[in-house]
Amino acid sequence: MIHAENLTKKYGSQTVLDIESLEIPKGQSFGLVGNNGAGKTTLFSLLLDLIEPTTGSITSNGVPVRNSEAWKPFTSAFIDETFLIGYLTPEEYFYFIGELRGQSRADVDALLSGFTDFFHGEILGQKKYLRDLSKGNQKKVGIVATFIGSPEVVILDEPFANLDPTTQIRLKKIIRELAAQREVTVLVSSHDLIHVTEVCQRIVVLEKGKIVRDIETTPETLQELELFFAGETP
Amino acid sequence: MFKHFIRLQWKAFFRSASFKTEIWFKILMAIGALYFILVFLSLGVGAYFIIEKSGLGDPLRVVNQFLIYYLVADLYMRYMLQKMPVLNIRPLLYLPVSKASVVRFSLGKTVLSFFNISHAFFFVPFSVVLLIKGYPAASVISWHLACLALIFTNNFLNILINNVDRIFYPLIAVLALLGIAQYYGWFDVTAYTAPVFDLFYDQPWTAVLPWLLLGAAMWGAFSYFKKHMYLDAGLATKKSVGKTEDYTWLNRFGNLGTFLKNDIKLIKRNKRSKTTVLMSVLFIFYGLLFFTGGLEVYESPVWRIFAGIFVSGGFLFSFGQYVPSWDSSYYPLMMSQNIQYREYLSSKWWLIVIATGISTVLAAFYLYFGWEAYLAVLVGAVYNIGINSYLVLWGGAYIKTPIDLTSNKKAFGDKQAFNVKTLLLTIPKLLLPLLVYWLGAFFLGDTAGFILVALVGVLGFAFKERVFRMIEKIYKKEKYKTLLAYKQKA
Repeated sequence: MIHAENLTKKYGSQTVLDIESLEIPKGQSFGLVGNNGAGKTTLFSLLLDLIEPTTGSITSNGVPVRNSEAWKPFTSAFIDETFLIGYLTPEEYFYFIGELRGQSRADVDALLSGFTDFFHGEILGQKKYLRDLSKGNQKKVGIVATFIGSPEVVILDEPFANLDPTTQIRLKKIIRELAAQREVTVLVSSHDLIHVTEVCQRIVVLEKGKIVRDIETTPETLQELELFFAGETP
Repeated sequence: MFKHFIRLQWKAFFRSASFKTEIWFKILMAIGALYFILVFLSLGVGAYFIIEKSGLGDPLRVVNQFLIYYLVADLYMRYMLQKMPVLNIRPLLYLPVSKASVVRFSLGKTVLSFFNISHAFFFVPFSVVLLIKGYPAASVISWHLACLALIFTNNFLNILINNVDRIFYPLIAVLALLGIAQYYGWFDVTAYTAPVFDLFYDQPWTAVLPWLLLGAAMWGAFSYFKKHMYLDAGLATKKSVGKTEDYTWLNRFGNLGTFLKNDIKLIKRNKRSKTTVLMSVLFIFYGLLFFTGGLEVYESPVWRIFAGIFVSGGFLFSFGQYVPSWDSSYYPLMMSQNIQYREYLSSKWWLIVIATGISTVLAAFYLYFGWEAYLAVLVGAVYNIGINSYLVLWGGAYIKTPIDLTSNKKAFGDKQAFNVKTLLLTIPKLLLPLLVYWLGAFFLGDTAGFILVALVGVLGFAFKERVFRMIEKIYKKEKYKTLLAYKQKA
């Protein structure tokens, strides 16, 4: 589904991302972990054509993201609050995204009704604009909006950060269900090793822009990752 | 402690994103600033002689008579434009710095504001002229000091008023009424205020009084702020009640309707955009200067085209030229959502076209000044739609200043909103049609000039697809730079 080749990103002399080759098959739930500055957000931004690679290229479903906009209809993402429109109410925002993705109001309502628990009564019908919601609630809106219009690629940067424990557990369930659908490729980054190992079939560890681990998730994965980040394995 | 604060301020100023423009823009801006300083200085020096020549009486007494309006106008300008000092306090709250010194610093900072210093350009040269003209030194100096105190009192009053809207509007209403009353000679408030200002001159010791007033205002502002220095009190940002709106009637326009809906909400719900649209309404009346024959220099028919372009193009100029910047706070979303660049641009283009159409219809009252006046507006509208709508979109690709939708106070004065780049880009939009008209009128006559300008507009309209392809290409090329620039919040 997603293929990156010789992908590098440099700012001046500093290399922030350097990936020789990365292939993410369709339907995989893909976890990206790494410390701050490892290049997680850079990789996602490159995938969304928000920044230019220094060398190399990414194709998504055969579409080179830099040269064509044809990847947009089947891709959705939530990276940070710049993906939210502050002066809209959550409902308006969902409908806006829905209209862009060819979903009727009823379609969006049907989808949203499945997230009643997740919203915990703090999102819909609150008479508040997105800019006045708390960080955690903004995040909920952003995440749910990525599910509108059955995208084939869903990219979530740090979806667990800023969420309360209950919501984290619910989000894990949602992502697992999403990944269970064969046709949806889910890309998740996180600092939280437990969350990613629970949710993702495959985990890639980035360090200073390079892929240093690429593992299929097994019951031992968490331990392996913890040892790695503790600095106890070479 | 103050040393630290001042260092912070210094860095905040020199490291701001908008400061890092190219060198020749800086030079241009410096020249502009110098020009205004000279203008104000000459006004300060000239004021004495102008009043003397016009035979209104003793210049100082005349100034004293109108000083009350001067002070009120100053307060009004401050209220509308001066930024409140509270914004940068938040990160200091939990540091081991006493609240009193934080408040003192934030308030002290406002003393150095442009809104205070600018008055020196009038009062200092005026007082110097008074001294040269042989007015008693002690009296002039005491008068000058009294005025100084009153200006600074305004500074602190503004800080207090800014937090309580209830005071401001009634105050302005009362003063506006007084002004009207004076104009029609019903009641002259200056008869009561002028003696007060005269007193500062006649009895030098009374200059102490405004200083006492200043002290009280300072103390008031200080204690108000200290008391309200909590995140949920004085430092809280105001929240408005959200209302979900549908505008289902726009659905028939498909994707275009989706964007238009969004743009309507953008305009309705954000301070900054509301101000801009209000300003664009004022443009409609700009033509009055030209068509009423109020100003002789504008009598020439070439200026009619100029007026026509502004009357119909208010929205185009004030809103259109910041086009991608309005979406700056969520630009990454727009760039990664299921939106083709072409659709995005054409929705903005339609918004501009619709607004130009509305302005043109509203401007129908120019028919009162003869059909030629309205013809100029119509021709201007055609040119705006055919040519200028592309030019603003094109220019927008290069204007990479993010817009903070929620704050209004920067809509005019801030360099963030009004930069030389946008000004330079306005020139071809205005000079080209004037040139075309002039050529047409010179060789073929007035009507031909109008027709020629309209033709250029129609021609531009015909090339829409082509021009859009070009603009789209530029936007794509600039996309990454724009995204990066929007990331740095001002």
